[in-house]
Amino acid sequence: MKQALNALVSVYMRELRAYFLTPLAYIFIAVFLLALGAFTFEIGHFFESDRADLSSFFAFHPWLYLVFLPAVAMRLWADEARGGTLELILTLPAPTWSLVIGKFLAAWTVAGAALLLTAPMWASVNWLGAPDNAAIALAYVLSFLMAGGYLAIACALSAAAGNQVVAFVLSVAVGFLFTAAGLPIVASSVAGAAGPGLAEGIGAFSLITHFEAAQRGVLEARALVFYLGFIGLWLTLNAIWVGARKGG
Amino acid sequence: MELLTVDRLTKSFGARQAVRGVSFSLGSGQATAFLGPNGAGKSTTLRMIAGFLEPDAGDALIAGKSVLSRRTAAQMRLGYLAEGAPLYLDLSVRAFLRFLARTHGLSPAQSRLAIDRVAADARIEDVLARPIETLSKGYRRRVALAGAIVHDPPVLILDEPTDGLDPNQKVAMRALIARMAPEKAILISTHQLDEVEAMCSRVLVIDQGEIVADAAPAELAASAPGGRLEDAFHQLTHTEKAA
Repeated sequence: MKQALNALVSVYMRELRAYFLTPLAYIFIAVFLLALGAFTFEIGHFFESDRADLSSFFAFHPWLYLVFLPAVAMRLWADEARGGTLELILTLPAPTWSLVIGKFLAAWTVAGAALLLTAPMWASVNWLGAPDNAAIALAYVLSFLMAGGYLAIACALSAAAGNQVVAFVLSVAVGFLFTAAGLPIVASSVAGAAGPGLAEGIGAFSLITHFEAAQRGVLEARALVFYLGFIGLWLTLNAIWVGARKGG
Repeated sequence: MELLTVDRLTKSFGARQAVRGVSFSLGSGQATAFLGPNGAGKSTTLRMIAGFLEPDAGDALIAGKSVLSRRTAAQMRLGYLAEGAPLYLDLSVRAFLRFLARTHGLSPAQSRLAIDRVAADARIEDVLARPIETLSKGYRRRVALAGAIVHDPPVLILDEPTDGLDPNQKVAMRALIARMAPEKAILISTHQLDEVEAMCSRVLVIDQGEIVADAAPAELAASAPGGRLEDAFHQLTHTEKAA
């Protein structure tokens, strides 16, 4: 176990270094912040809403994650396959799961850094009024967990596809399915065609369903279970797909 | 003492059987050449020993640890230079070696000492701070070798270690392997027959996935009418032409 943790930390540090040695992390963070600002103020009408909350800010998180996070994670395994270093990393004394988690955590750290840099928004809304800070803090935590969900999909598909472009496209497509499942229009369509039970069931698997509840300040244990389980499921698939490459 | 035991390793890719029940063992103090024509199953065998490919049947024991049932423990005792010497080009040489040392469980202090040791051995001290992507092919090969020995493993597997090196670098690489040989079991895959006689005390020849010869270089050379290793190799692996 100690050796597995050594490897996990080592891979995490190597990947984090790779993100920040190249412009990738900086570009991602800068463009993400710009896009989030533009959506919040221009489309979300932050000032016009005349409310001291961050609902118009959080509303766009899933959609930006859907596009931006696959770009962060698509290289993680596909790059190893392209550069021939898959053979190097898979012959290191480390169980596959420690490599998978190390890489995932590095990408999640980049996403977390981007989220952390939105803190001035939170400070601004406190300056403008008296928001429900507990609800905002909760929404931040759930947003971070939701980002982990999108990243886990992209990590797994990076391993499965072995090509960055294919991994990106697949990750956006799969991420969209797990986002759209929670949209009212999908719920009403499914409810009309197959009944409300199925609509509720499909909605429960959406990455945005539990996030919307958190924005209202409602902390549900099942939300934590959902996000952690979702991440765990996709990382398991990630490990399986990496392991499949050893079959030749 | 046997440090590497390969027991009936078998691997197929689709309908093609690449490796057919390959068995051999290597003891300490032995540098062994692993020869064979392209497509004979050399790299597939080495990849199975290193734990990169799952064999269909058979096993490999590295310092007594099974690569199938105790893969991590086996890989801790193995230094593996893969074909093409894959490297993280975005890292500096020192960062790359530190990554490998830390992944093998060395503490920061141990890692520093190990990096200094292998940098001297592989003669890469002058490029430790440079990004790998800026290095020549010869330097990259030496960095990859340094990475394979940074944790001082008892078993070394080197897949074409001198490929891409200039004559001076080849001499230096051979000298390094000769220095390490007394304490380790070293398996070297190569196409350079002159290196075999210079570096190895034993030769394994693989053809069409099977070991077809296992002898000392001089003994193998003497078995051919021309008395040369090249003739013996050609005689043993001529089936490639028919394939």
